[in-house]
Amino acid sequence: MRFDYFVVPFCAGFGYLIIVLLFTYGRWINELGEGAALKIFKSLLTRKTLLASREVFQECLVHRKVFRVNPLLGYMHMSLALGWFLLIVIGKFEASYFTGEFTNEFYFPIFFRFFELSPHRTFTLQFFNALMDFLLLFILSGVALALYKRFKSSAMGMKNSTKHTSGDKWALALLWMIFPLRLFAESLTAGFAGNGSFLTQPLGNLLGMILPVRMLATPVWWGYSIVLGGFMVALPYSRYMHIPTEILLIFLKNWGIKPKDSISGMAFFELYSCSRCGICIDRCQLNPAINKKNQMVYFLRELRAGNEVTQMAHNCLLCGRCQEICPVGIDLTNLRTISRKQKDNAHIHSSSYPSIPMHSFSTKVLYFAGCMGSLTPGIRKSMETILEVSGEKYLFLDKEKSYCCGRPLKLAGRLAEAEKVSQNIKEAIVSSGANTLVTSCPICYKSFKDDYKCELRVLHHSEYLLELIQGGMISIRSGNKRLVYHDPCELGRKSGIYTQPREILTKLGSLTNVEEAYGKSLCCGGSLGHLTISMEEREQIQKSTAEYLNQDNPDCIATACPLCKKSLTKFSESPVKDIAELIAENLIKSNYKDHKTKKSNLAEAVRIDT
Amino acid sequence: MNKTIVIVGGGPAGLEAAAALGSSPHHVLILEKEHNTGGKLKNWHHLFPNFADASEILKSLEKSLPLNNSEIKYDCDVFKMEQMDGNLLVSLKSGEKIKADAVLLATGFDLFDAYKKEEYGHGIYKNVITSSELEGMFVNNSFPDQLKDGLPKKIAMVHCVGSRDKKAGNMHCSKLCCITGVKQAIELRKYLSKSSVYNFYMDLRMYGQHFEELYQEAQEDYGVNFIRGRVSEIAEISDGKLQVKAEDTLSGRPMKMIFDLVVLLIGMTPATSAASIAQSLALPKSGSGFLAPVHQHISANETCIPGLFLAGTCREPLSLQESITDARAAALKIIEWLKLKDNH
Repeated sequence: MRFDYFVVPFCAGFGYLIIVLLFTYGRWINELGEGAALKIFKSLLTRKTLLASREVFQECLVHRKVFRVNPLLGYMHMSLALGWFLLIVIGKFEASYFTGEFTNEFYFPIFFRFFELSPHRTFTLQFFNALMDFLLLFILSGVALALYKRFKSSAMGMKNSTKHTSGDKWALALLWMIFPLRLFAESLTAGFAGNGSFLTQPLGNLLGMILPVRMLATPVWWGYSIVLGGFMVALPYSRYMHIPTEILLIFLKNWGIKPKDSISGMAFFELYSCSRCGICIDRCQLNPAINKKNQMVYFLRELRAGNEVTQMAHNCLLCGRCQEICPVGIDLTNLRTISRKQKDNAHIHSSSYPSIPMHSFSTKVLYFAGCMGSLTPGIRKSMETILEVSGEKYLFLDKEKSYCCGRPLKLAGRLAEAEKVSQNIKEAIVSSGANTLVTSCPICYKSFKDDYKCELRVLHHSEYLLELIQGGMISIRSGNKRLVYHDPCELGRKSGIYTQPREILTKLGSLTNVEEAYGKSLCCGGSLGHLTISMEEREQIQKSTAEYLNQDNPDCIATACPLCKKSLTKFSESPVKDIAELIAENLIKSNYKDHKTKKSNLAEAVRIDT
Repeated sequence: MNKTIVIVGGGPAGLEAAAALGSSPHHVLILEKEHNTGGKLKNWHHLFPNFADASEILKSLEKSLPLNNSEIKYDCDVFKMEQMDGNLLVSLKSGEKIKADAVLLATGFDLFDAYKKEEYGHGIYKNVITSSELEGMFVNNSFPDQLKDGLPKKIAMVHCVGSRDKKAGNMHCSKLCCITGVKQAIELRKYLSKSSVYNFYMDLRMYGQHFEELYQEAQEDYGVNFIRGRVSEIAEISDGKLQVKAEDTLSGRPMKMIFDLVVLLIGMTPATSAASIAQSLALPKSGSGFLAPVHQHISANETCIPGLFLAGTCREPLSLQESITDARAAALKIIEWLKLKDNH
């Protein structure tokens, strides 16, 4: 058996890490909830596992998403992750090839150059040797970049980088020391044994000229082992816990495990997968001067540490811009939202909520303007005009009175009340017998689509209007107005509807693009997700977003959300219009008369009944 | 030595200041952006609290303008000013530049754009009008058909539209809409004897002489109803009728009422025409965006720019009476300043 006492710190650290990980993950997996085990078991031998493996390779090793943020930043992450991974794997192959047997002492490949002193002669061994030196160089380039980033994060596209705790700084120091120590240990050994390659051998020879390399080698190998072991002991308590956790998270996600509405099980996997890279910081539109250390990276850190986070949880627009860019793909807004949940029922009012009168009609289509739709009569009136011209029989569900879909309550952490409010609308929807529900409000849309679980088609009006146009139910005049489209958070990032509104707009005029669009779209500042923000700060966001959208002096800013429309109108130079309004303005009403005669008196019937 | 005084704006404040400066030997030049003088007074019918004829007042303001030392230039947009050797160089959009020894800004106010409170439906529902539009109907004696037929009508007056409303971006009180609402409610009752009028208010600020009396009169003699509560939204139901949702804060209940006409009492906002001038001189503004004088109490007409003075509603919401007094005060300050300048 190959052994030296210096391997003990490494082995102890490694053993400790394995025990802690098994214990921690065991506990979380236990908390995943009923049915999780079955779900995992069923998915284990399916394509999902393959997809997850691919994702692990792309995100945990190559760091594809970080590359998209900034290539240099991506390279830094990749060199450390992929480089280290290959160093371990190739090292194992090298050791197995050398000894001729696959199994050997688990520390042997890591300290291979210490134990194997003979200069290698065969071509294969020389190749392995060179490859290992190359990988070490690859990692060291990453460490050098990481050091550089500490002093100048802007060089890697980051205006702000995370302010780390002292614990994280210690772990960071240990991580950075690992690879230079390995370089020196191997070089010193090469200095007297000649077992190095293109990097370690010349350095070893150089050191040999000025230092007693034979005497120094063993202490440096000790240092290498201690630092490695120390890092592994520190890992579960530092941000580096993300290294093993993210891999598991990716598998669990692919197997269909969803986070529950409490901080347990899956939420822990998400929390510990945060590498605190700080990419989310620059994406936050809340003024950094007022909201110091409140962005997602800090929120998750406090949450993970078990500190009181209620205030932090509420200080967020829930716009999802950070989530869109998060390289780990953590469901950040969900973690904020569930942390808002009231711990006691002290604040819950026993208010009663108005109930929708039940109808049963032969209409296929239900229209729901939403409470924000009632505050923007321009939108609801346009929808009424369009629906009338299209000849579609429909029921205007909240014409007489506004009802809350429940989402604002849910975002405020009042899940029980949200449920109570939504129950009543749900019954009205189901009893109507309609097969399509159209809403003008992306907030209602998200809620109907994801939370109500009714068995009918839920469409945002942008989807529905496009269907009407494509189906020839309405026709519109094309114009030459220069339009800019603003993606509403709840419609774009939260519901994935990006193309339908744009397709409509290209029919109405020429659509110019802005950089911060699609998933990167700015929050209009009207967010219902933030209840504690001051009016001044809200106005700052509204103003800057309106200015941003006006940068090319468009003839009109188009959006698809009543709340965005209201927020942007306040400070926008050019008019802000909903796509429904733009369609209504450009509607060709030639065949309107035919429809009108054909139309049953349904609209009247509805009016009388309500 | 004779000096040039430029007055920007030929509304009541500008006209009155020019008249007051008429006794001085200086040359007074009024720069008016429209075809004629009078500003928003042109479009007003009767004035609170005594129903004085606005056109008569405007006529007397214009008449008192001495023509020997003053001149009015129409259709000129002032967009920039700069300080030059103790004088002010006034730049017009036409490219013309005028050297002035003193400048009086009497740029007035803008009316709040009611569309910014979209929930009230102005510009969307034909029967939602603003107080200024109603005044215009009285001036031109042209009313929409639905107000003509003599049938009983229900009319709502909505107070504080765009004033004291953080969400609309205006924290300030425009202070004249309360009494305007009372005055117009009486006028509507006189014009449509079978109508009923409801005023929705937060609180009524009857600060001026005879204001409170008019408020009493409105209730006792004209049967105008006052409901304490802010309107949340207005929706068109059928035949152009409007459903108004509000909260009656005295009974603590939400309420809904149907009206034939809704009048929005829109407030005053800082004039956009003064914005570029203020920017070119880095003139400070008050919190609500009106031009800020050096001292609200003792130097209300002076600015931090030597030779630049303020009069009327460019610095805060004022009634006509207050604007006229303010213009006289500003004129006096200008004469003092020019005297001081001569002695140096």
